[in-house]
Amino acid sequence: MDSGGGFTDLLQFIFMGLQRGSIYALVAMGFNIIYNATGIINFAQGEFVVLGGLMMVTLTMGFTFSIPFAFLITVLFVMAVGILMERFTINPVKNPTVLRLIIITIAVSIILEGSAMILWGKESHYMRHFSSDETFEILGATILPQTLWIIGILILIVIGFMLFFNFTMTGKCMRACAINRDAARLMGINDRKMVMLSFALSAGIGAVAGIIITPIIQMDFGRGTMLAIKGFGTAVVGGLGNSLGGLVAGILLGVIEALGAGYISSHYMDAIALLILLIVLFIRPSGIFGSSEASKLKEF
Amino acid sequence: MSKNHLELINLRKVFGGVVAVDDLNLSVRRGTITSIIGPNGAGKTTIFNLITGYLKPSGGIIKYDGRAVNGKKPYRVAALGIARTFQNVQIFSDMTVLENVMVGRHLRSHSGLLRSSLLPPFFRKEEKKISCDAEKWLSFVGMAEEAGRSAGSLPLGSQRMLETARALAMEPNLLLFDEPASGLNARETVAMGELISKIKEMGITVVLVEHDMELVMDISDTVSVINFGKHIARGTPAEVQVNPDVITAYLGE
Amino acid sequence: MGRQDYIGLCVFFAVVLTIPFLITNDYYISVLVFAAFNCLACIGLSLLLGYAGQISIGHAAFVGVGAYASGYLTVEMGWSPWMAMGAGVVLVVLIALLIGVPALRLKGHYLAMATFGFGTILYIVAVAAVDFTGGPAGLSDIPAISLFGLVLDTDKRFFYFSWAIVGIGLYFGLNLIHSRVGRGLRAIHGSEDAAESVGVDTPFYKIQIFVLSAVYSSIAGSLYAYYVNYIDPGPFSMMHSVLLLTMVAVGGMHKVWGAVIGAILLSLLPEFLSFLTESFQAVGLEYNEDYNTLIHGSILLLIMLFLPEGLIDGLGRLAGGVGGMINIKRHQDSAGT
Repeated sequence: MDSGGGFTDLLQFIFMGLQRGSIYALVAMGFNIIYNATGIINFAQGEFVVLGGLMMVTLTMGFTFSIPFAFLITVLFVMAVGILMERFTINPVKNPTVLRLIIITIAVSIILEGSAMILWGKESHYMRHFSSDETFEILGATILPQTLWIIGILILIVIGFMLFFNFTMTGKCMRACAINRDAARLMGINDRKMVMLSFALSAGIGAVAGIIITPIIQMDFGRGTMLAIKGFGTAVVGGLGNSLGGLVAGILLGVIEALGAGYISSHYMDAIALLILLIVLFIRPSGIFGSSEASKLKEF
Repeated sequence: MSKNHLELINLRKVFGGVVAVDDLNLSVRRGTITSIIGPNGAGKTTIFNLITGYLKPSGGIIKYDGRAVNGKKPYRVAALGIARTFQNVQIFSDMTVLENVMVGRHLRSHSGLLRSSLLPPFFRKEEKKISCDAEKWLSFVGMAEEAGRSAGSLPLGSQRMLETARALAMEPNLLLFDEPASGLNARETVAMGELISKIKEMGITVVLVEHDMELVMDISDTVSVINFGKHIARGTPAEVQVNPDVITAYLGE
Repeated sequence: MGRQDYIGLCVFFAVVLTIPFLITNDYYISVLVFAAFNCLACIGLSLLLGYAGQISIGHAAFVGVGAYASGYLTVEMGWSPWMAMGAGVVLVVLIALLIGVPALRLKGHYLAMATFGFGTILYIVAVAAVDFTGGPAGLSDIPAISLFGLVLDTDKRFFYFSWAIVGIGLYFGLNLIHSRVGRGLRAIHGSEDAAESVGVDTPFYKIQIFVLSAVYSSIAGSLYAYYVNYIDPGPFSMMHSVLLLTMVAVGGMHKVWGAVIGAILLSLLPEFLSFLTESFQAVGLEYNEDYNTLIHGSILLLIMLFLPEGLIDGLGRLAGGVGGMINIKRHQDSAGT
């Protein structure tokens, strides 16, 4: 292989990695938002992505709605699912143990997975791309326009959330709750409402991830688990609760995975990605970007 | 055997930038009751957590029986004969009262996984011995009647007694009490004081962190006063009570 | 000291002995054999989850390792089934140590995710390592196991065999709970700090129980392979790990008996639902295996929301409340009288 071909391959893998990584980053953001508000890791996070993707498929391919309209409806729908989940399974549980909360979110996750299987069947669903599905070339690497959509929407969401958390009252309240719930409550912040909001936002982000990736991966009901586990790994690597860290870690994981699949073995790609995540979890549970002092304060 | 059962030499603990224990020197004579007192946040519980291995010192030495024991895991510290109670009572609330004390016999019994699983408890001698010994310690703190109760259902006063029985069941040489009277009513506090004195008479060295001054002054042989992680005074209860530094620390300038 | 538990064990053996006389239909016997495999894995899981308080959502992977070790060694290497089962246990011990030593330093969500990730990795390997596992097609022609020269190739024989092993597993488990080690484990669950303060070596205890519970799963997997004579990756997926967790939670996490009851109930549930289908055919409702995921999830959620201590405790309290006379104390088994 000549050096130009090698470079082209590399560039190709990096674009693939960015595309995957954006999704992991979004799932990690979803984990972080709920974690910051509640201390809960929501094992159903991956199912939000699946629901987003499948709902979008139905709306665009079944009902032939326009993409922006279907996008909006889908996000609202999944946010509603998130709110229902919080209202009916998290909110009613008083003085829960960590073990019980873990099992509850696992239960919700398999209920959503089972429902998706019944409603949408076991097959993968094709969805049309946001714009053209004709590839074009950048420095010899072939790129789908959808990849640019994914990266663009990720950037928009990150900017949107930065503005939300730093410049709106609600966003600031959520950050306050994340830092110290008791103190926030004493200052008159309704932390129950914040918990609900965190589920809504987190579900919404999951939905967006599902919507933008479906044209490329063809969504099916069973993808939630793997998305959740990789998204969680991403969140841990980035330092649980640290959204910016999660973003960087997501992109990093995506690129490593794409390079691994390209140069080593695509069969074991997921296994290798999980192995890396496990190793980080074992060696540095506070994450690459988190401080180990701070993580000791968390109840793990 | 050195005269000092426990010795802290230049002990230091820093959390982030906050100095919780500041080059502390303190010694505890064998067979005595030493109380550590000081205003809230003076670093008393931190000292206990350093001694028992729940925290790692940032500097200094902890000597027990003349040997440095810094940085050992809590269960290794326990194996040296150091027992403790907790400021916010830590009992096993899903177990019975007797079982709680039986856990205290852990280091005094030996069956491992395999031996434990081969025979039912009523065929095993060691199991009977553990239960017998545990009953003895339960009677010692006056709780024999409660043996079958679920520990979580006990009132706080009894829970503190139970925690003490569990610590005693280890047959320790040194027992650290972290605010044993907190949350107790006057009658219970007196009972706790009597129990601690009884423990001293058995030859166990006691270190006490406590806010109830009456209790401290009643039972202590030596009182050490700590403020901002530093040792500011030491003496008999009578001496400490009139020490001007102590009065300043408690009442302010 | 837990006499009730041992009376329960006697009742258990009596029931196992009589069932083949009451149920003569081979199909139902075979359903109960599958229940035995789940039961065995769940007893192990309950020791870990309910007594030591450590979660694992990767236990189906250990079942899988046992099954594949038995399958591969008997079919490809010609080992005897007993030898292969033993080798499976050894392999599972090694794997459990490898994953458990670092993982058990983690707590709560981290431990859950670590075991989840580990289970997923093994599943991917089972699908991808075609040379060893046969990939998605699996391994077939796994021989039956024999005991004292008797080949266990009928449903009834295997019924007795598998439930006898469950009984032995129960016996070991019960002994363990009512022992120094068992108290140490329950102490860790109650308060890790307090357990360490009396000298319980918590890391060592956690890893011991993790390995032991993995061994239970491995044996369940080997038995499965010898009964079905064919294995593919399907039954060892994450969904099965969650199913095992559900079984333990349904019966009651804090009692080994809960695991037994939960495993039996959920193993029989699909049969019960198919049976119901006949009654509901008129209204057009039909049970279909595809609903299992949804049904299991709903059961798990309802139990966690309303009966977090499981059915045994819930029914006990109900009986206590209604009967008044029937005084069912919680943790009666540990009354230490």
